[in-house]
Amino acid sequence: MTSADRTATAPVNGLTTLKLSIWRGAEEGRFEEFEIPAEDRMTVLDAVTIVQRKLDPSLSYRFACRVGVCGSCAMMVNGTPRWTCRTHVSKVVRDGQITLAPLRSLPVIKDLATDMSAFFEKNEKAGGRFVPSQEGHRDIVSVDPKSRQRKRADAAIECIGCGVCYASCDVVAWNKDYLGPAALNRAWSLVNDERDGDKAGHLQKVAVDAGCHACHSHQACANNCPQMLNPTASIAGLKREIFAAALKGEL
Amino acid sequence: MAQRMELWLYVVQRLTAMILAPLVLLHLGVILYAIQGGVTGEEILARTQGSLAWMLIYGLFVLSAGLHGAIGLRGIVRELLGWNGPSLNLAALCFAAGLIWLGLRALGAVT
Repeated sequence: MTSADRTATAPVNGLTTLKLSIWRGAEEGRFEEFEIPAEDRMTVLDAVTIVQRKLDPSLSYRFACRVGVCGSCAMMVNGTPRWTCRTHVSKVVRDGQITLAPLRSLPVIKDLATDMSAFFEKNEKAGGRFVPSQEGHRDIVSVDPKSRQRKRADAAIECIGCGVCYASCDVVAWNKDYLGPAALNRAWSLVNDERDGDKAGHLQKVAVDAGCHACHSHQACANNCPQMLNPTASIAGLKREIFAAALKGEL
Repeated sequence: MAQRMELWLYVVQRLTAMILAPLVLLHLGVILYAIQGGVTGEEILARTQGSLAWMLIYGLFVLSAGLHGAIGLRGIVRELLGWNGPSLNLAALCFAAGLIWLGLRALGAVT
Protein backbone atom coordinates (compact mmCIF):
# COMPACT_ATOMS: atom_id res chain seq x y z
CA MET A 1 0.00 0.00 0.00
CA THR A 2 1.21 3.51 -0.82
CA SER A 3 0.34 6.41 1.51
CA ALA A 4 0.27 10.16 0.98
CA ASP A 5 1.48 12.61 3.67
CA ARG A 6 -1.23 13.70 5.99
CA THR A 7 -2.26 17.30 5.44
CA ALA A 8 -5.92 17.04 6.32
CA THR A 9 -7.43 18.93 9.15
CA ALA A 10 -11.09 17.96 8.96
CA PRO A 11 -11.85 14.25 8.83
CA VAL A 12 -14.53 12.61 6.68
CA ASN A 13 -17.15 10.71 8.71
CA GLY A 14 -14.66 10.62 11.60
CA LEU A 15 -11.94 9.15 9.40
CA THR A 16 -8.55 10.77 9.07
CA THR A 17 -7.33 8.50 6.32
CA LEU A 18 -9.04 6.99 3.33
CA LYS A 19 -8.14 3.67 1.78
CA LEU A 20 -8.59 3.41 -1.97
CA SER A 21 -8.58 0.19 -3.89
CA ILE A 22 -8.01 1.17 -7.53
CA TRP A 23 -8.08 -1.00 -10.66
CA ARG A 24 -4.70 -1.07 -12.43
CA GLY A 25 -4.13 -2.50 -15.87
CA ALA A 26 -6.47 -3.01 -18.81
CA GLU A 27 -8.95 -5.90 -19.19
CA GLU A 28 -6.45 -7.97 -17.24
CA GLY A 29 -5.17 -6.34 -14.11
CA ARG A 30 -5.53 -6.11 -10.36
CA PHE A 31 -6.68 -3.78 -7.64
CA GLU A 32 -3.95 -1.71 -6.01
CA GLU A 33 -4.29 -0.24 -2.52
CA PHE A 34 -3.56 3.40 -1.68
CA GLU A 35 -3.99 5.42 1.48
CA ILE A 36 -4.55 9.16 1.43
CA PRO A 37 -5.54 11.77 4.02
CA ALA A 38 -9.30 12.11 4.29
CA GLU A 39 -10.29 15.71 3.76
CA ASP A 40 -13.54 17.40 4.52
CA ARG A 41 -15.90 17.70 1.54
CA MET A 42 -13.53 15.69 -0.60
CA THR A 43 -15.01 14.22 -3.78
CA VAL A 44 -14.06 10.84 -5.19
CA LEU A 45 -12.39 12.63 -8.11
CA ASP A 46 -10.35 14.68 -5.59
CA ALA A 47 -9.23 11.42 -3.99
CA VAL A 48 -8.14 9.93 -7.33
CA THR A 49 -6.32 13.15 -8.19
CA ILE A 50 -4.43 13.06 -4.89
CA VAL A 51 -3.33 9.50 -5.63
CA GLN A 52 -2.21 10.46 -9.15
CA ARG A 53 -0.40 13.64 -8.09
CA LYS A 54 1.20 12.46 -4.87
CA LEU A 55 1.50 8.69 -4.99
CA ASP A 56 1.53 7.30 -8.51
CA PRO A 57 1.75 9.61 -11.53
CA SER A 58 1.21 6.62 -13.83
CA LEU A 59 -2.43 6.26 -12.73
CA SER A 60 -4.72 6.92 -15.70
CA TYR A 61 -8.18 8.38 -15.36
CA ARG A 62 -10.29 10.89 -17.21
CA PHE A 63 -11.77 14.21 -16.16
CA ALA A 64 -12.23 17.71 -17.52
CA CYS A 65 -14.66 20.17 -15.95
CA ARG A 66 -14.77 18.89 -12.35
CA VAL A 67 -18.23 20.46 -11.92
CA GLY A 68 -20.64 17.87 -13.35
CA VAL A 69 -20.98 19.25 -16.85
CA CYS A 70 -18.62 17.36 -19.15
CA GLY A 71 -19.53 13.80 -18.15
CA SER A 72 -16.00 12.45 -18.49
CA CYS A 73 -15.10 11.36 -14.94
CA ALA A 74 -17.59 8.53 -14.46
CA MET A 75 -16.26 5.30 -12.96
CA MET A 76 -17.43 2.42 -10.81
CA VAL A 77 -17.43 3.49 -7.18
CA ASN A 78 -17.91 0.52 -4.85
CA GLY A 79 -19.50 -1.30 -7.77
CA THR A 80 -21.91 1.48 -8.74
CA PRO A 81 -21.31 3.80 -11.68
CA ARG A 82 -21.13 7.46 -10.56
CA TRP A 83 -19.90 10.86 -11.72
CA THR A 84 -16.96 11.14 -9.41
CA CYS A 85 -16.58 14.94 -9.47
CA ARG A 86 -19.96 15.35 -7.79
CA THR A 87 -19.78 12.34 -5.51
CA HIS A 88 -18.63 13.15 -2.02
CA VAL A 89 -16.40 10.61 -0.35
CA SER A 90 -18.53 10.91 2.79
CA LYS A 91 -21.53 9.51 0.87
CA VAL A 92 -19.85 6.40 -0.51
CA VAL A 93 -17.08 5.46 1.93
CA ARG A 94 -17.55 2.09 3.63
CA ASP A 95 -15.35 1.24 6.62
CA GLY A 96 -12.84 3.84 5.52
CA GLN A 97 -12.51 2.23 2.09
CA ILE A 98 -13.59 2.97 -1.47
CA THR A 99 -13.12 0.63 -4.43
CA LEU A 100 -12.71 2.27 -7.83
CA ALA A 101 -12.91 0.51 -11.18
CA PRO A 102 -13.42 1.53 -14.80
CA LEU A 103 -16.98 1.80 -16.13
CA ARG A 104 -18.64 -1.56 -16.68
CA SER A 105 -19.41 -2.86 -20.20
CA LEU A 106 -16.76 -0.70 -21.89
CA PRO A 107 -13.28 -1.84 -22.95
CA VAL A 108 -10.62 -0.66 -20.52
CA ILE A 109 -7.79 1.36 -22.03
CA LYS A 110 -5.79 1.65 -18.83
CA ASP A 111 -6.64 1.81 -15.14
CA LEU A 112 -9.81 3.92 -14.79
CA ALA A 113 -9.98 5.12 -18.40
CA THR A 114 -12.34 3.24 -20.73
CA ASP A 115 -12.76 3.34 -24.49
CA MET A 116 -16.17 4.98 -24.87
CA SER A 117 -16.33 4.65 -28.69
CA ALA A 118 -19.05 1.98 -28.61
CA PHE A 119 -21.15 4.13 -26.29
CA PHE A 120 -21.02 7.16 -28.62
CA GLU A 121 -21.32 5.12 -31.81
CA LYS A 122 -24.60 3.73 -30.53
CA ASN A 123 -25.98 7.27 -30.34
CA GLU A 124 -25.42 7.49 -34.06
CA LYS A 125 -26.78 4.01 -34.67
CA ALA A 126 -29.97 4.85 -32.77
CA GLY A 127 -30.55 7.82 -35.07
CA GLY A 128 -29.53 10.39 -32.48
CA ARG A 129 -28.98 13.05 -35.10
CA PHE A 130 -31.51 15.86 -35.56
CA VAL A 131 -33.20 15.82 -38.98
CA PRO A 132 -34.31 19.31 -40.03
CA SER A 133 -37.89 19.57 -41.21
CA GLN A 134 -37.20 22.79 -43.12
CA GLU A 135 -34.61 23.68 -45.64
CA GLY A 136 -32.85 26.99 -46.00
CA HIS A 137 -33.29 30.00 -43.78
CA ARG A 138 -36.65 30.17 -42.07
CA ASP A 139 -38.01 31.84 -39.01
CA ILE A 140 -37.35 30.15 -35.70
CA VAL A 141 -40.03 27.55 -35.09
CA SER A 142 -42.08 28.34 -32.04
CA VAL A 143 -42.51 25.41 -29.68
CA ASP A 144 -45.14 25.72 -27.00
CA PRO A 145 -43.39 24.91 -23.70
CA LYS A 146 -46.68 23.52 -22.39
CA SER A 147 -47.23 21.13 -25.28
CA ARG A 148 -47.21 17.41 -24.50
CA GLN A 149 -44.32 16.76 -26.85
CA ARG A 150 -42.20 19.57 -25.44
CA LYS A 151 -42.77 18.28 -21.90
CA ARG A 152 -41.72 14.80 -22.98
CA ALA A 153 -38.63 16.14 -24.72
CA ASP A 154 -37.85 18.28 -21.67
CA ALA A 155 -37.78 15.21 -19.47
CA ALA A 156 -35.27 13.51 -21.76
CA ILE A 157 -32.76 16.28 -22.51
CA GLU A 158 -29.76 17.44 -20.45
CA CYS A 159 -27.89 14.15 -20.85
CA ILE A 160 -24.17 14.81 -20.35
CA GLY A 161 -23.07 11.58 -22.03
CA CYS A 162 -21.23 10.29 -18.98
CA GLY A 163 -21.99 6.62 -19.63
CA VAL A 164 -23.30 5.97 -16.11
CA CYS A 165 -26.59 4.59 -17.44
CA TYR A 166 -24.74 2.43 -19.95
CA ALA A 167 -22.54 0.93 -17.22
CA SER A 168 -25.60 0.46 -14.97
CA CYS A 169 -27.55 -1.51 -17.55
CA ASP A 170 -27.59 -5.30 -17.26
CA VAL A 171 -28.95 -5.68 -20.79
CA VAL A 172 -25.90 -3.81 -22.13
CA ALA A 173 -23.73 -6.21 -20.14
CA TRP A 174 -25.55 -9.24 -21.62
CA ASN A 175 -25.94 -8.06 -25.19
CA LYS A 176 -23.13 -6.01 -26.70
CA ASP A 177 -25.37 -4.92 -29.58
CA TYR A 178 -28.02 -3.38 -27.35
CA LEU A 179 -28.23 0.34 -28.09
CA GLY A 180 -28.36 1.24 -24.42
CA PRO A 181 -30.27 3.75 -22.30
CA ALA A 182 -28.50 6.96 -23.36
CA ALA A 183 -28.85 6.40 -27.11
CA LEU A 184 -32.50 5.40 -26.78
CA ASN A 185 -33.21 8.33 -24.49
CA ARG A 186 -31.69 10.64 -27.11
CA ALA A 187 -33.88 9.07 -29.80
CA TRP A 188 -36.95 9.70 -27.63
CA SER A 189 -36.05 13.38 -27.26
CA LEU A 190 -35.88 13.67 -31.08
CA VAL A 191 -39.15 11.78 -31.62
CA ASN A 192 -40.71 14.48 -29.46
CA ASP A 193 -38.88 17.36 -31.08
CA GLU A 194 -41.54 19.20 -33.06
CA ARG A 195 -38.85 20.62 -35.36
CA ASP A 196 -37.50 17.21 -36.33
CA GLY A 197 -38.56 16.02 -39.78
CA ASP A 198 -38.16 12.26 -39.52
CA LYS A 199 -40.10 10.81 -36.61
CA ALA A 200 -40.75 7.53 -38.46
CA GLY A 201 -37.05 7.26 -39.30
CA HIS A 202 -36.08 7.65 -35.65
CA LEU A 203 -38.60 5.01 -34.60
CA GLN A 204 -37.40 2.67 -37.33
CA LYS A 205 -33.83 2.89 -36.10
CA VAL A 206 -34.70 1.89 -32.54
CA ALA A 207 -37.37 -0.70 -33.44
CA VAL A 208 -34.61 -3.18 -34.17
CA ASP A 209 -33.61 -6.43 -32.54
CA ALA A 210 -31.21 -4.90 -30.01
CA GLY A 211 -33.18 -1.67 -29.78
CA CYS A 212 -35.81 -0.45 -27.36
CA HIS A 213 -37.64 -3.79 -27.24
CA ALA A 214 -34.61 -5.41 -25.61
CA CYS A 215 -35.01 -3.20 -22.50
CA HIS A 216 -36.10 -5.14 -19.41
CA SER A 217 -37.19 -2.02 -17.51
CA HIS A 218 -34.84 -2.78 -14.62
CA GLN A 219 -34.48 0.99 -14.14
CA ALA A 220 -30.85 0.83 -13.04
CA CYS A 221 -30.18 3.61 -15.57
CA ALA A 222 -32.80 5.85 -14.00
CA ASN A 223 -31.58 4.96 -10.55
CA ASN A 224 -28.00 6.01 -11.22
CA CYS A 225 -28.35 8.84 -13.74
CA PRO A 226 -26.58 11.85 -12.21
CA GLN A 227 -28.85 14.19 -14.16
CA MET A 228 -31.93 12.53 -12.70
CA LEU A 229 -33.13 11.52 -16.16
CA ASN A 230 -35.27 8.44 -16.62
CA PRO A 231 -34.15 6.57 -19.74
CA THR A 232 -36.43 3.65 -18.82
CA ALA A 233 -39.44 5.96 -19.17
CA SER A 234 -38.10 7.24 -22.50
CA ILE A 235 -37.67 3.67 -23.74
CA ALA A 236 -41.22 2.83 -22.63
CA GLY A 237 -42.36 5.88 -24.61
CA LEU A 238 -40.53 4.62 -27.68
CA LYS A 239 -42.19 1.22 -27.31
CA ARG A 240 -45.62 2.87 -27.16
CA GLU A 241 -44.96 5.08 -30.19
CA ILE A 242 -43.60 2.14 -32.19
CA PHE A 243 -46.61 0.01 -31.27
CA ALA A 244 -49.00 2.74 -32.43
CA ALA A 245 -46.98 3.48 -35.58
CA ALA A 246 -46.85 -0.21 -36.52
CA LEU A 247 -50.62 -0.56 -36.17
CA LYS A 248 -51.13 2.56 -38.30
CA GLY A 249 -48.84 1.09 -40.95
CA GLU A 250 -46.28 3.86 -40.58
CA LEU A 251 -43.34 1.53 -39.92
CA MET B 1 -37.15 -8.78 -42.87
CA ALA B 2 -35.92 -10.24 -39.59
CA GLN B 3 -36.25 -6.79 -37.98
CA ARG B 4 -39.80 -6.48 -39.25
CA MET B 5 -40.65 -9.86 -37.81
CA GLU B 6 -39.24 -8.83 -34.42
CA LEU B 7 -41.36 -5.68 -34.54
CA TRP B 8 -44.53 -7.60 -35.35
CA LEU B 9 -43.84 -10.24 -32.74
CA TYR B 10 -43.62 -7.41 -30.22
CA VAL B 11 -46.90 -5.95 -31.48
CA VAL B 12 -48.63 -9.34 -31.28
CA GLN B 13 -47.29 -9.93 -27.80
CA ARG B 14 -48.53 -6.56 -26.62
CA LEU B 15 -51.94 -7.03 -28.22
CA THR B 16 -52.35 -10.49 -26.71
CA ALA B 17 -51.33 -9.08 -23.32
CA MET B 18 -54.09 -6.49 -23.65
CA ILE B 19 -56.57 -9.26 -24.42
CA LEU B 20 -55.32 -11.58 -21.69
CA ALA B 21 -55.35 -9.02 -18.85
CA PRO B 22 -59.17 -8.71 -18.59
CA LEU B 23 -59.70 -12.38 -19.49
CA VAL B 24 -57.41 -13.56 -16.68
CA LEU B 25 -59.30 -11.33 -14.23
CA LEU B 26 -62.60 -12.72 -15.50
CA HIS B 27 -61.23 -16.27 -15.21
CA LEU B 28 -60.11 -15.66 -11.60
CA GLY B 29 -63.39 -13.93 -10.78
CA VAL B 30 -65.39 -16.92 -12.05
CA ILE B 31 -63.22 -19.30 -10.03
CA LEU B 32 -63.79 -17.30 -6.84
CA TYR B 33 -67.52 -17.07 -7.55
CA ALA B 34 -67.97 -20.71 -8.57
CA ILE B 35 -65.91 -22.24 -5.78
CA GLN B 36 -68.22 -21.02 -3.01
CA GLY B 37 -69.59 -24.09 -1.26
CA GLY B 38 -67.39 -26.39 -3.33
CA VAL B 39 -67.30 -27.10 -7.03
CA THR B 40 -68.01 -30.23 -9.02
CA GLY B 41 -67.41 -31.30 -12.59
CA GLU B 42 -71.14 -31.34 -13.22
CA GLU B 43 -71.43 -27.73 -12.11
CA ILE B 44 -68.70 -26.64 -14.44
CA LEU B 45 -70.09 -28.54 -17.39
CA ALA B 46 -73.60 -27.24 -16.69
CA ARG B 47 -72.23 -23.73 -17.01
CA THR B 48 -70.01 -24.24 -20.02
CA GLN B 49 -71.66 -26.88 -22.21
CA GLY B 50 -73.58 -25.42 -25.10
CA SER B 51 -72.53 -21.90 -24.16
CA LEU B 52 -71.33 -19.95 -27.17
CA ALA B 53 -70.20 -17.07 -24.92
CA TRP B 54 -67.86 -19.25 -22.85
CA MET B 55 -66.59 -20.93 -25.98
CA LEU B 56 -65.73 -17.58 -27.57
CA ILE B 57 -64.19 -16.19 -24.38
CA TYR B 58 -62.01 -19.22 -23.73
CA GLY B 59 -61.26 -19.65 -27.41
CA LEU B 60 -59.84 -16.13 -27.43
CA PHE B 61 -58.05 -16.88 -24.17
CA VAL B 62 -56.40 -19.98 -25.61
CA LEU B 63 -55.29 -18.27 -28.81
CA SER B 64 -53.90 -15.27 -26.95
CA ALA B 65 -52.14 -17.35 -24.31
CA GLY B 66 -50.60 -19.63 -26.95
CA LEU B 67 -49.18 -16.75 -28.96
CA HIS B 68 -48.19 -14.64 -25.94
CA GLY B 69 -46.47 -17.51 -24.16
CA ALA B 70 -44.57 -18.71 -27.20
CA ILE B 71 -43.28 -15.23 -28.11
CA GLY B 72 -42.25 -14.62 -24.51
CA LEU B 73 -40.52 -17.97 -24.22
CA ARG B 74 -38.72 -17.34 -27.52
CA GLY B 75 -37.35 -14.06 -26.10
CA ILE B 76 -36.20 -15.72 -22.89
CA VAL B 77 -34.48 -18.56 -24.77
CA ARG B 78 -32.70 -16.11 -27.06
CA GLU B 79 -31.35 -14.07 -24.17
CA LEU B 80 -30.54 -16.95 -21.87
CA LEU B 81 -29.19 -19.58 -24.25
CA GLY B 82 -28.17 -17.51 -27.25
CA TRP B 83 -30.25 -19.78 -29.50
CA ASN B 84 -31.39 -17.81 -32.52
CA GLY B 85 -32.46 -18.03 -36.15
CA PRO B 86 -34.99 -20.11 -38.11
CA SER B 87 -34.65 -23.18 -35.86
CA LEU B 88 -35.71 -21.16 -32.82
CA ASN B 89 -38.58 -19.58 -34.76
CA LEU B 90 -39.77 -23.02 -35.78
CA ALA B 91 -39.50 -24.29 -32.21
CA ALA B 92 -41.47 -21.28 -30.94
CA LEU B 93 -44.10 -21.83 -33.62
CA CYS B 94 -44.42 -25.50 -32.62
CA PHE B 95 -44.72 -24.47 -28.97
CA ALA B 96 -47.49 -21.98 -29.85
CA ALA B 97 -49.28 -24.58 -31.98
CA GLY B 98 -48.97 -27.16 -29.18
CA LEU B 99 -50.38 -24.80 -26.57
CA ILE B 100 -53.24 -23.74 -28.80
CA TRP B 101 -54.02 -27.35 -29.75
CA LEU B 102 -54.06 -28.45 -26.10
CA GLY B 103 -56.16 -25.45 -25.12
CA LEU B 104 -58.70 -25.89 -27.89
CA ARG B 105 -58.91 -29.61 -27.17
CA ALA B 106 -59.75 -28.84 -23.55
CA LEU B 107 -62.20 -26.20 -24.68
CA GLY B 108 -63.91 -28.66 -27.00
CA ALA B 109 -64.33 -31.08 -24.11
CA VAL B 110 -66.20 -28.66 -21.87
CA THR B 111 -68.26 -26.60 -24.29
